Amino acid sequence: MIDVDVRLARGGFRLACAFRCEGGAVALFGRSGAGKSTVLGVIAGLLRPDAGYVRIDGESVVDVERGVFVPPHRRRVGVVFQDSLLFPHLSVRGNLLYGRSMARGGRAVQPDEVIAMLGIGGLLARRPASLSGGERQRVAIGRALLSGPRLLLLDEPLASLDYERRLEIMPYVARLRDELHWPLVYVSHAVDEVARIAREVVVIEAGQVVATGAPGDVLAPARTGGAQGGFAAVSVIEARVQAHDARYGLTVLEHPAGPISVPGAIGRPGDLHRLLVRATDVALAVQRPRDVSFRTVLLGTIRDIDTDDGPLARVEIVLRGEGRLVALVTRKAIDDLALDRGDDVFAMVKATALDERSMAFAPRAR
Amino acid sequence: MLTPDELTALRLSLKVATVATVASLPAGIAVALLLARGGFPGKSLLNSLVHLPLVMPPVVTGYLLLLAFGRNGPIGGWLEAHLGVVFAFRWTGAALASAVMGFPLMVRAVRLSIEAIDRRLEQAAGTLGAGPARVFASVTLPLAMPGVLVGAVLCFAKALGEFGATITFVSNIPGETQTLASAIYSYTQTPGGDAAALRLTLVSVALSLAALLASEWFSRRFERSVRGGA
Repeated sequence: MIDVDVRLARGGFRLACAFRCEGGAVALFGRSGAGKSTVLGVIAGLLRPDAGYVRIDGESVVDVERGVFVPPHRRRVGVVFQDSLLFPHLSVRGNLLYGRSMARGGRAVQPDEVIAMLGIGGLLARRPASLSGGERQRVAIGRALLSGPRLLLLDEPLASLDYERRLEIMPYVARLRDELHWPLVYVSHAVDEVARIAREVVVIEAGQVVATGAPGDVLAPARTGGAQGGFAAVSVIEARVQAHDARYGLTVLEHPAGPISVPGAIGRPGDLHRLLVRATDVALAVQRPRDVSFRTVLLGTIRDIDTDDGPLARVEIVLRGEGRLVALVTRKAIDDLALDRGDDVFAMVKATALDERSMAFAPRAR
Repeated sequence: MLTPDELTALRLSLKVATVATVASLPAGIAVALLLARGGFPGKSLLNSLVHLPLVMPPVVTGYLLLLAFGRNGPIGGWLEAHLGVVFAFRWTGAALASAVMGFPLMVRAVRLSIEAIDRRLEQAAGTLGAGPARVFASVTLPLAMPGVLVGAVLCFAKALGEFGATITFVSNIPGETQTLASAIYSYTQTPGGDAAALRLTLVSVALSLAALLASEWFSRRFERSVRGGA
């Protein structure tokens, strides 16, 4: 459990951030410069707030008013930095075991277990300089875990990596959450990372918390700064694996609004999956479309249409059964199809937009 | 090849330079750390004081040492009375003079390498549970090692060649304070001493060159171990 209420001013930047989360995976989400990493620094003890407190599992690690400041090395908070910050003079093994010798009575985890989970067994004798960016980040995650922290902070751990490397790391972070059930705070400006990893999202803008909630509610919010701001909107749909279609290499997931086809073999039948759908990847039809290539057609009802003078409109759809989907279409299409609130529509999603790579295991309730 | 007297001067020089380097290393690292990391009033003053021997005439340094560490000097008198340590006209005094003269070179090299360390590596060590002392021993010092080695070698080479401050402070006593440099000086002042002076000069050049090459080798090796593969 983490409880944060801090204020801090540095130069022209003002941070006033308060949120509390019960375990699990929390994401701090916002643009670069919004103050996410500053919050992380305050939690880790690398920055001192001007006022306020941070409590981890009920213990104050900093409380300005009460004069409490626990130095970083006594906080038992592990940090994975954006640029990994591995010790260049130590081997991978030396890096991994660095924090381990200072047993901190936190969560115990065996090196073999972590090394196997992160797939870094073959790197142990190497120096950090000879590792790829993705390998470095995996080692950095392992190093933080092996110091036995009660809370793991990840500061844009994928931001310095290219797309392929990001895909390489993402499953490992998901495994931290799902297999080790490690409490983690994940800072990112990438909506797909946040949607995949977080159980709870704290949105930070210009040093202020502007929204807190489940990824599905926060990442494709009902209210936006106009339709043009909908580019970044991502809907989160949860669905269960129904069957694998080996012949076509597809996985079909069942959803009350319609079957969802996803490339690749994913999970086992009955598994719950979290699908991310960008608003830009959704097309709309007023009648069940025929003779189109879309294999995923979901029935829903328009709850809201957000337009302004711009060319685009943002359509919020309540799916049959459960779930919300946001579509970004042209304003002209709205008028041509005469779409309005309350209308039933068919939302079409391209299979490539649902590629395995945009999926993650849903965080399991604990 | 060398006469017994010349060998004595060589051995003494090596002893003086080694003791001067080893004894001043902890202080050199501490001062370098303070200058690189500390934010305190009087930092520029400390920096200037450390560098003073580099720019003052060596004879001034030597004379100041004599005033302070001589048997009647405030520090020298106290040390003799309480610890039985005497610097004046002893080889220990030669080591002290050499150390003072080599100190700026050592501090400079160490400071530069400490300043080049990414401080966030130290922060990372902190988040892994390492307290300040451990961070210093396991991250800062190892990463500053090239500078420490280079600083030590420069200090050693400087100590080996120190002349002005040494001869002023501890004079030029064969077997006690007559180092290579003072011996060469004596030979040049002695009729027929040219051959001996030249021999010792060659020895001196060889030693200095070897020291510099050694420091290069250490730096490169360290560089490789940090950047290289396995």
